[in-house]
Amino acid sequence: MLRFALKRVLGAIPTLLVLIALAFFLIKAAPGGPFDTDRRLPPEIEANLQAAYNLDEPLYRQFGLYLGGLLKGDFGPSFQYRDYTVTELIAAGFPVSLRLGGLAMLLAFVVGVAVGTVAALKQNAFTDHAAMAAAMIGISVPNFVMAPLLVLVFAVTLKWLPAGGLGDWRNFVLPVVALALPQIAYIARLTRGSMIEVLRADFIRTARAQGLPQRAVIIRHALKPALLPVISYLGPATAAIITGSVVIEQIFGVPGLGRFFVQGALNRDYTLVMGVVVFYGVLIVVFNLIVDLVYGWLDPRVQYQ
Amino acid sequence: MADAVLEVQSLNVRFTTPDGPVQAVRNLEFRVNPGETLGIVGESGSGKSQTALAIMGLLAANGRADGSARFKGDELIGLSDGDMNRVRGAQISMVFQDPMTSLNPYLTVGNQMRHVLQRHLGLSRGEALRHARTMLEMVRISEAERRLAMYPHELSGGMRQRVMIAMALSCRPGLLIADEPTTALDVTVQAQILKLMRELKSEFNTSILLITHDMGVVAGNADSVLVMRDGECREYGSVDKVFYKPADDYTRALLAAVPRLDEAMPERLATVSAPPTELGAEIAAVEKPRTNHAARQLLTVDGLGVRFRVAQPGLFARAQSLVAVDDVSFELAAGETLGVVGESGCGKSSLARAVLQLIPTASGRVCLLGRDLEQLARRELKNMRRDMQVIFQDPQASLDPRMTVAQIVGEPLNTFRPDLGQPERNERILSVLLRVGLAAEHLNRYPHEFSGGQAQRIGIARALMFDPQLIVCDEPVSALDVSIQAQIINLLMDLQVERGLSLIFIAHDLAVVRHISHRVMVMYLGRAVEVADRQSLYEHPRHPYTLALINAVPIPDPVVERSRQQQPLSGDLPSPLEPPSGCGFRTRCPHAIQRCADERPLLRPVGKSLVACHRAEEIE
Repeated sequence: MLRFALKRVLGAIPTLLVLIALAFFLIKAAPGGPFDTDRRLPPEIEANLQAAYNLDEPLYRQFGLYLGGLLKGDFGPSFQYRDYTVTELIAAGFPVSLRLGGLAMLLAFVVGVAVGTVAALKQNAFTDHAAMAAAMIGISVPNFVMAPLLVLVFAVTLKWLPAGGLGDWRNFVLPVVALALPQIAYIARLTRGSMIEVLRADFIRTARAQGLPQRAVIIRHALKPALLPVISYLGPATAAIITGSVVIEQIFGVPGLGRFFVQGALNRDYTLVMGVVVFYGVLIVVFNLIVDLVYGWLDPRVQYQ
Repeated sequence: MADAVLEVQSLNVRFTTPDGPVQAVRNLEFRVNPGETLGIVGESGSGKSQTALAIMGLLAANGRADGSARFKGDELIGLSDGDMNRVRGAQISMVFQDPMTSLNPYLTVGNQMRHVLQRHLGLSRGEALRHARTMLEMVRISEAERRLAMYPHELSGGMRQRVMIAMALSCRPGLLIADEPTTALDVTVQAQILKLMRELKSEFNTSILLITHDMGVVAGNADSVLVMRDGECREYGSVDKVFYKPADDYTRALLAAVPRLDEAMPERLATVSAPPTELGAEIAAVEKPRTNHAARQLLTVDGLGVRFRVAQPGLFARAQSLVAVDDVSFELAAGETLGVVGESGCGKSSLARAVLQLIPTASGRVCLLGRDLEQLARRELKNMRRDMQVIFQDPQASLDPRMTVAQIVGEPLNTFRPDLGQPERNERILSVLLRVGLAAEHLNRYPHEFSGGQAQRIGIARALMFDPQLIVCDEPVSALDVSIQAQIINLLMDLQVERGLSLIFIAHDLAVVRHISHRVMVMYLGRAVEVADRQSLYEHPRHPYTLALINAVPIPDPVVERSRQQQPLSGDLPSPLEPPSGCGFRTRCPHAIQRCADERPLLRPVGKSLVACHRAEEIE
């Protein structure tokens, strides 16, 4: 298993390199630059700035310098927030994003699995159809539509929850729910499908033949195998939550990594955008690895090679 | 007579399906007395399993049972799930057919066993595990403590079924329902499990309801027999009465259709020919001389070896090489049938695939019509394939579900005769279909619309398209009912006579192989341990493994079964990754001596046979 993990980490390096290269050249290809302002800077100052940040070097040298910095763990200075390094900005924004994303993921998993299981047990009954219809809506409504709707209902009309900002737990409710909804829907559908299949398995019949009541059959015998497809979905789900959080943080004014990312992209803050891309890339790779390991832990027949 | 353990009266089982109601069990009546084993025999679809599930209250959601089934006087039909759960597993328990799928692959053996004990006996976790350990010891599982922590896939098939039995008996039930408990197992393991069940029955004072399709299993294990067909009881009585004085035509047909190891062979197997609803038994044994051994050599296999690489867990472990076929040589003449027999994992399927060049060989040569297949260019090999065809085990799984019969059977024409026009194609397809007993109306149907036997006929038709010289049959009848088996075997034998076909017939069932083969090769752990003509092999088995295989086959004759020395082979097949030194069979051989561990026995002539055993002369 150690060998498997090592191989996977090494295998991720080319992936990350491609990702870094793509992001690097794409953002350089975007028109404008970090020092464009309403007032044109005097050419000498601009040249000095360019030189200070190595922006006067040819593109391939810049790329080489950036990679060299990455190897040393240096994301470089931010162009926009002049007093901060990108590392400091990520360290400030990530805890907030992590809390948001982690809670959304947890909520999606717990609620999704519960709804899916109930739907599977009531297969083709009203509960099942209702739950799956709701799930279909959850999947098809994008979260930038869902989020303002939630704000409209719970913040503006009912005034139960704040519409945004950072404060106590109540500020987190709406963004977490908005972020989790599509995932809840997807996980519920996955769980339902796999649960229905597992419940038809011979070993479930054995468990029933042993006189175990329904609850014990589901919890002890059926849940683990039924969760396997859900577990493998958690990898892609992380990516979805991360991209979702970029939008959600913007809408709810949560000062997380996603906001830095959007601001950075708009301001051509090359190093900040690159830093967030690399950070998220590594995060997704690591999370997928964890998912694979958890999968193996759940299914004893999996052999890592 | 003492009160019955189970008394079933006018039991009906009905299913509502999209095509209307289906009655799976009709007005069934029987009783199981204390300490008695009742065998329920029938072919697939006879309703025997549904009877068991109805008693257990485990019918599928669209099924309903009515009538009466009393367990020690208490009515079971119509019981609520909660009440039924106090009976299931505690007083009536069940062992299912396939121990791999019937045990939960995600839970350790200990945890699965513990759940039952904690629920029914109210034991604590520790007590339950201790009890589970004792149970494993009672079903003769070695190193019971260690097994508790293992997952089902880490155990052999026989061991898994032992675990199932241990689990079923752990609360000392009054009735054990065993639904085809040995059908998925190798014949030597089947003998072990049946012996174990007989012993435990008296130890635990349990009555048994034994459901099976195998008349041999019933003969040696049941006290009474109930023969079922189409959901109805066809015959019910003591085992001796049913076997020796069968009153019903269907019972007689069923008994006649079983190929037997202990009797002189009829030229053709009797078949139960009528479609399952209307019975007109045709038990006539048609006399037909078999043409034998044309002298022309068709196939020569010389020192064939097949290896697979198996990755090993661990950081620096290197992939290991698994020897699936080890130095196997044989010849096959035109019009001859070679039977290949061995338990699962003995390399017989790998051998088949290597002969057909479907998997790469590690060593040795395969020559068809004097041409070394490995030396051929791809194009030439492709052309040679016309002469060597194959029939697979699971007829449904080996046919593309999205192709019609005409497409499946006609597919070889696309490869070899793309020049043919539509009318000519159709004519050719129809002619092979008719030959295998199918009709023109089947042309545009899909495989799932056919029964197992018919599907296998489609597979045979496809193989026959170019009139091949060699057909490799890889367990072609193992998945079929006894009566259907007989039809397919008869068909293959007719085709052989008619077209001078050579057959390699692979099976795990010695009785079937005996019927169709001129010569038989017995394989163990990738090696041929005995090759002999049919008569010598069955009358004078020279290798201890051959003898053990023959002895393990149950014979459908209660008196013979009772008088037989039951000494099944102990243990399981060793892992092919770590084969024993010297003779592969020595770990299970009752005659093993030091020499067997030191020196690998080679095939050598003993009497009329070729045997790979150091002590072949001493053992008779």
